[in-house]
Amino acid sequence: MFYGIDLQSRLMLGTAQYPSPQVLRDAIAASGAEVITVSLRREGAGGDAFRDILKQSGCRILPNTAGCHTVQEAVTTAQMARELFGTSWIKLEVIGHADTLQPDPFALVEAARILAADGFEVFPYTTEDLIVGEKLIEAGCQVLMPWGAPIGSGQGLRHREALKTMRAHFPDIPLVVDAGIGAPSQAMAAMEMGFDAVLLNTAVAKALDPVAMARAFGQAVAAGRAAHDAGLMPRRDMAVASTPIFGMADLA
Amino acid sequence: MISVLGAGVAGLCAATALSEVGFEVEVIAPDGAPPPASLLAGGMLAPFCEGESAPDLIVERGQAAIAWWAEHVANVELRGTLVIAPPRDGAELDRFARATRSHAWVRPDDLEPDLSGRFARGLFFASEAHMDPVAAMANLRRRLEARGVRFHGGAPKGRIVDCRGLAARDRLQDLRAVRGEMLEVNAPEVTLTRPVRLIHPRFPCYIVPRGQGRYMIGATMVETARSGPVTARAVMELLSAAYTVHPGFAEAELIATGAGLRPSFPDNIPVLRRDGERIHVNGMYRHGFLMAPVIAGELVRMMTKETANAH
Repeated sequence: MFYGIDLQSRLMLGTAQYPSPQVLRDAIAASGAEVITVSLRREGAGGDAFRDILKQSGCRILPNTAGCHTVQEAVTTAQMARELFGTSWIKLEVIGHADTLQPDPFALVEAARILAADGFEVFPYTTEDLIVGEKLIEAGCQVLMPWGAPIGSGQGLRHREALKTMRAHFPDIPLVVDAGIGAPSQAMAAMEMGFDAVLLNTAVAKALDPVAMARAFGQAVAAGRAAHDAGLMPRRDMAVASTPIFGMADLA
Repeated sequence: MISVLGAGVAGLCAATALSEVGFEVEVIAPDGAPPPASLLAGGMLAPFCEGESAPDLIVERGQAAIAWWAEHVANVELRGTLVIAPPRDGAELDRFARATRSHAWVRPDDLEPDLSGRFARGLFFASEAHMDPVAAMANLRRRLEARGVRFHGGAPKGRIVDCRGLAARDRLQDLRAVRGEMLEVNAPEVTLTRPVRLIHPRFPCYIVPRGQGRYMIGATMVETARSGPVTARAVMELLSAAYTVHPGFAEAELIATGAGLRPSFPDNIPVLRRDGERIHVNGMYRHGFLMAPVIAGELVRMMTKETANAH
């Protein structure tokens, strides 16, 4: 449940960098995604035509504050997003570093506190740091979005053990792996680890065939979630034979 | 009589093609009309590079544009396109190669000695061309006037071929604006003889030589209808890309900036569309110089057939 909303598909898609709005529309449909995220910082009030196309997709819109580097920028962008899309959902990004696009955890917590107090339902883009996660929850967030790897890098789950720890530390908070996912296998791994959803953009938008890649990600996320729900077998150090080795017929 | 509305690249190509097969043509361009977005174009005839993000149809059909322009205007330069990336974006260059065709791997400084020492490898699209779009459009207009085609701002007298670009939004509900920003610099320290594309994470960034040390640097892609002047961000990003290609651009004089709105349909593919008696040529997106001659050819076939059927 993400702020009281139950989703069938656990794949969330970004909407930037597609070859055309038509390809984007087809990719969303092929992926089965029910949530799409959209940026506002550059497009501003003049971006209505593109936003209308996104609204027509029928997906729930998660506006984001991509490109914001300060608390004030992020808060202003979030307020504009609420007005333009009529939603209190906001994916909060406060970038600390222009090169790595690493979130600034201090500004993030501060912006999250302001927005939550103002009635926003905040999806903060954060690192896998547990203390930052706790501070964000204390600030009013009911979802956390740890990064898999730096935005657009396609490196997958760079700190897999830390993500596992985070999952174990916040058993009841919806956790979405956001950013850095490059391949369906990586999205599937996150779902098998028990994450509630994954959010990605570049891996689909910049694929040679974005629609086919969107479908592949949709299937991988569904399979990963089904595997997690079905209960994965524990990893063992030794082989465990599935048939007894005693009592085999000696035919010599 | 056919009345072509609009004197951007779509209107000029349509009027030229129609006039050449014997139709009587006039071009309507009211005095107060906004300047055509095509005046700010890169003027690259690069069907194969565009294939990086454009559908195959653009690559296939766009190839015919190079011969068309070479026949019609004087300043087409057949020097190919060089695509490069900073060393850390090498994987992106491999992706570009996979997404496109008709290219060869080269050492960039074999083609452009000024790039020596900074780029170990590049992709060369030998069959592509470029030109100065402002000169090319002026050239087409002169040719049309020499053929007796009148340009005026009065009421259209003939059947309407609507090439008004974004101004046709009053009749084309699904037409939207994609903003593009460009710069022109005077950089006497830099010698590049063909368009150079730098792989950029957000938009296809290119530097097009305009002769005498002048270069056009373009172009951003923003999903907005805001028409105001170039933003500081665009200037910073474009100049920083140019500086990555050649440090000599740091000493360049910034002589012009421009921001235009590309008329675009949802699939970003230029088309011919019927609207009752009116025919639209629109949605040039970033493919105006590449696709306007191709669509003009299609228009001629359509109208020739109709005229034949009417008799």
